[in-house]
Amino acid sequence: MSTFETILQTAHEQGDYKPVVDAIPYAKLIGIDFQRFGNDVIFKLPDNPNNIGNPILPAVHGGVVGGFMEMSAALHLLMMLDTPAMPKIVDFSLDYLRAVRGGRDTFAECQVIRQGSRVANVIINAWQTKREEAVATARAHFLLAP
Amino acid sequence: MSESNPYLGRAQRFVGLLKHCQVLGMQVIEASEQNLTIELPYNEQHVGNPSTGVIHGGVLTTLMDTACGTMVINALPEFELCPTLDLRVDYVRAAEPGKSIFAFAEAYRVSRHVVFTRCTVHQGDVNEPVANCVGTFMRIGSHLSPPDFKQAVLGLQGTQGE
Repeated sequence: MSTFETILQTAHEQGDYKPVVDAIPYAKLIGIDFQRFGNDVIFKLPDNPNNIGNPILPAVHGGVVGGFMEMSAALHLLMMLDTPAMPKIVDFSLDYLRAVRGGRDTFAECQVIRQGSRVANVIINAWQTKREEAVATARAHFLLAP
Repeated sequence: MSESNPYLGRAQRFVGLLKHCQVLGMQVIEASEQNLTIELPYNEQHVGNPSTGVIHGGVLTTLMDTACGTMVINALPEFELCPTLDLRVDYVRAAEPGKSIFAFAEAYRVSRHVVFTRCTVHQGDVNEPVANCVGTFMRIGSHLSPPDFKQAVLGLQGTQGE
């Protein structure tokens, strides 16, 4: 079961994290992508009919939005802190601000507010068409040490 | 078809209309006016940490959001589609790979504008939780809830699934 660790280690050495995302089944299930701009990373949840909750609007399931933001935060920590394992989520607080429309891509960016030796505090903002018009905002704590 | 348990029928039809819940494989197994339980069998596609085979927190978040949202429908006197305001989740311990997870949800306060819910995810023993959450939902009023959706959830359409 050391294959994922090997993928992680290679990613840290080469600075290419696409293989890490490809190796995470849940990331593939909902379809997470990202783009790095130096130390800035923008995560993307492409439009996907399988992610719909409310069929009337239609809207992306709120849980998928949460899962996307949570996964973005974990990957962000992985990239910024070179952690040897996936950070473990401790708690997550998620505010839904606007309907997350189906038929559109969703984006997220993360900010590490405080990083201790064992715990990191991260905030995550998600938007669709305009970055200033967030669809959801969240705060999470992660355990860094395995 | 008269239903022996209208709460269960309503909950099952509601969850059946949410595409992503079907993709994950959720099933409402118990429901009453007070609480409900949704089961989600283990699936390797849900894994968030390939080293351990533990399912991703997002799967738990989706399960809890669904369980709380479905509970809201059963707790209200008339059908209302209530958007989630917020969810606060504690991941107490990793879910054991290979086993189903169960979400037990309650609506502990229904006020004029907001419904307050809580949910525990466990793997067979509710006293050994995997995650705990509280969620609040905004009431938009039954007049603003889409009529087609209402009929489908209440089972008033002959064409909706058995």
